[in-house]
Amino acid sequence: MNVDKSISRRKFLKSSSGALLFVGASGLLPMVVSCSNEKEIQKQLKKHQLTAWVQISEDGHITIYNPAAEMGQGSMTALPVLFAEEMDADWSKVQVEFSPQETEIYGSPGWNPTTKLMFTVGSRTTNSYYNVMRKAGAQARFVLLYSTASYWQVPISELQVSNSIVIHDKTNKKISFGDLVPFLVMPETLPEFTNEQLKISKDFKLIGTDVPRTEIPSKVDGSAQFAIDVRLPSMVYGVLERGKLHGSQPTLLNEAEILAHEGVLKIIKFDYAIGLIAKTLELALATKKLLKIDWSDSPATGYNSQEIYATYEAMAANDDKGKVKIEIGNVDLARQTADKVYSADFKNDYVYHAQMEPLNAVVQVSADLKNAEVWVGSQQGPDAKLGVPDLLGIPPENVNVHLQYLGGGFGRRSMNDFVEECTLLAKEIAPLPIKLIWTREDDVTYGAYRPLSLQRIKASVDKQGTITGFAHSVVGDGGNLVASGARNDHYDIPNQFVEWRGDSHGVRLKHWRGVGHGPNKFAIECMLDEIAYEQQVDPANLRRKLMAKSSRALATLEKVLELSHWNKPTTKGRAKGISFVEHGSLGTGICEISVDVNTGKISVHHFWIALDAGVIVQPDNVKAQMEGGIIMGMSSVLNEQITVVNGVIQQTNYHDYPLLRMQDIPDSIETTLISSSEVPQGVGETATPMVAGAIANAFFSLTGKRLRHLPFTPDRVLEVLNS
Amino acid sequence: MAKYRLNINTKKFDVEVDKGTSLLWVLREHLGLTGTKYGCGIAQCGTCTLHIDGKPMQACILSVENYANGQKITTIEGLSEDCSHPVQKAWIEAQAPQCGYCQSGQIMQAVALLEENPNPTREEIKSHMNSVLCRCGTYMRILDAIELASKNITEGV
Repeated sequence: MNVDKSISRRKFLKSSSGALLFVGASGLLPMVVSCSNEKEIQKQLKKHQLTAWVQISEDGHITIYNPAAEMGQGSMTALPVLFAEEMDADWSKVQVEFSPQETEIYGSPGWNPTTKLMFTVGSRTTNSYYNVMRKAGAQARFVLLYSTASYWQVPISELQVSNSIVIHDKTNKKISFGDLVPFLVMPETLPEFTNEQLKISKDFKLIGTDVPRTEIPSKVDGSAQFAIDVRLPSMVYGVLERGKLHGSQPTLLNEAEILAHEGVLKIIKFDYAIGLIAKTLELALATKKLLKIDWSDSPATGYNSQEIYATYEAMAANDDKGKVKIEIGNVDLARQTADKVYSADFKNDYVYHAQMEPLNAVVQVSADLKNAEVWVGSQQGPDAKLGVPDLLGIPPENVNVHLQYLGGGFGRRSMNDFVEECTLLAKEIAPLPIKLIWTREDDVTYGAYRPLSLQRIKASVDKQGTITGFAHSVVGDGGNLVASGARNDHYDIPNQFVEWRGDSHGVRLKHWRGVGHGPNKFAIECMLDEIAYEQQVDPANLRRKLMAKSSRALATLEKVLELSHWNKPTTKGRAKGISFVEHGSLGTGICEISVDVNTGKISVHHFWIALDAGVIVQPDNVKAQMEGGIIMGMSSVLNEQITVVNGVIQQTNYHDYPLLRMQDIPDSIETTLISSSEVPQGVGETATPMVAGAIANAFFSLTGKRLRHLPFTPDRVLEVLNS
Repeated sequence: MAKYRLNINTKKFDVEVDKGTSLLWVLREHLGLTGTKYGCGIAQCGTCTLHIDGKPMQACILSVENYANGQKITTIEGLSEDCSHPVQKAWIEAQAPQCGYCQSGQIMQAVALLEENPNPTREEIKSHMNSVLCRCGTYMRILDAIELASKNITEGV
């Protein structure tokens, strides 16, 4: 028995009333607590280590626990739907809550299948929990059937379940899950379900239907709680001044003056920032502006982002190989025997996450510094306790992480620097709870960006017009942050080579929706279009030929060609462009654009997508992800740019880091989902990386000019048009 | 510190804060009305949009002392008791929100539009809604939701 591990569960038990059923999975023997007596529940908890996925009350309400972060992608619905499908639960009785952050119990297989993770990143949630949730649901169903069989003294094999009702046809008896609660008994051993024992897709009742998202009502009445909304008695406020030069060390010049302000409680010095704690948020923010700080040089000093491309071009031209990421066949040989070799460079500037909820956290450390409560919107992490135990030197079970809704993640909230900062402030001010808020300016200037990079592609084509070799050199800071997403698994190119040539500039970097796929798919898809033009082939036909051996990818191409009426003439002054992306799911997108040749402004009028994501758990939600992914892609491709001058980040807020606004949305974004019974694949990062290539290819079709540098701001477009 | 009496969602709220404190911090941190969100602090993102005497305003740049003279402040919490405002219902039907953080501001901005112009054109909607940012990219559904709410309001549904 591990008392500490049950702390968080005891908390949610206290908030519940009525009878409770806990069914565990994860290889641990499940335990049942069937009673409405708080003391009995506590007694049972003390007896057993419980794992908890579901709770049933006598009135039939079912609470299913969602182990993933909810940042708008719909985990609060999709994962419980998977569970309820196998449990045969009446969805109208289902409520959803976040599970405790306990990886051993609630994790899904990590990158290595034998490991477990609670980590909402890489569009992995539905994919990695698909079988975990369904098996746990099947086990819950088994316990209910076992209990019914015991209660009615009938063979379990004669029982059926539908919509929270257990049925015995022979005796014409029925009992609801709620009515069964007093008669719950535990089997001595619980069967481990195999994938083959789970429902097949034709039997799905919930999966594949449009179940409305469970948390949406709370997001239209203002009651959905984000970490920034948490308020606790005696709570104080923390802010940090981090400067605009990453890695710079501060020296505070007016500490005494700052501390003399009534209501300013403490100054906490970090290597890279000055923190201050005050009684109110407005005081903390006002005082932050009064800090006089001398900033040191840093590794970023002297770095100018827009000048680095010349260096990158020289690095790409260097004869030495970079770090090899993919090597299939021999691209050098393909080049030697080629009829034509095509080469082009593609560039992308830094982009910032710009999640609408600035980073923040609320942390309370106990007076003896032995326990901590953490309220946070986090994409979680390899450490479910987000680094807090190590910072405080306490065991993980002494840290309770209360996951809140995320006001956007996009990769930024998989880095828990803000949690660490708040924990360190909380330790200094213990036992008072503290809310740390990053201002938007903090969030922009101390951001962690998608790296700037240069892509050099050399493609070899033989006399028949077949692409025989594709060599892709990625130059930039951040390893796989720039070098991922350059694989071409669905294009039949016999010789492929991807390498990374690295540099380091001292600017903070992070995964950004789609990660390397954004810049790399832009480069690949534009290169293919350039080859198609040079070879006088329809870009769709060129891809059709390349996808010949990948029937699923090809199906997305054929479908989107049909959807967009690719072969029909486009409205005068407009043109279409095409782009394919695999990011777990496979999608081909086509956009239709026009360009104002006087201003350089590109307008996107339509976007069509055909997507194969395996089994679609929530069709409407997948479409929402496509829409959002395209809009975020358009925003980044047309507008967004972080620049660095002498190491200093030049942008500070939305006025100089403009996001796409409603006036610039397309008339339509249409998504067709291709039917499949394969395991679901992630959909959150498939649409965004297809935007740049599709727009650039449409732009060429319209103007005969190539856009090769992201973002396609009006100035850059005009420069290209006038070149 | 000064004392202010605010008229929020038809109720009186007393608060003691420094002059110049933004209405946003008063609502969120002093009064616990956290449906109105902080996004930028410079009236660029619209997540803090609320109504002052029926007009959409961005609370982050409003000083409390200028709105404590009986002006009617309406926040998302004051829109309805039970998500029953036609705009809220349309928002649910369109499944508009993703992360949801900007949606209070979007809804308050949309309500102000439909109160003044119950039957806006698509271009009027886009123009009016241009002040509220959404990073998840839910604009297509926000547009759908407003058109749906407009239809329901004008048809008396």
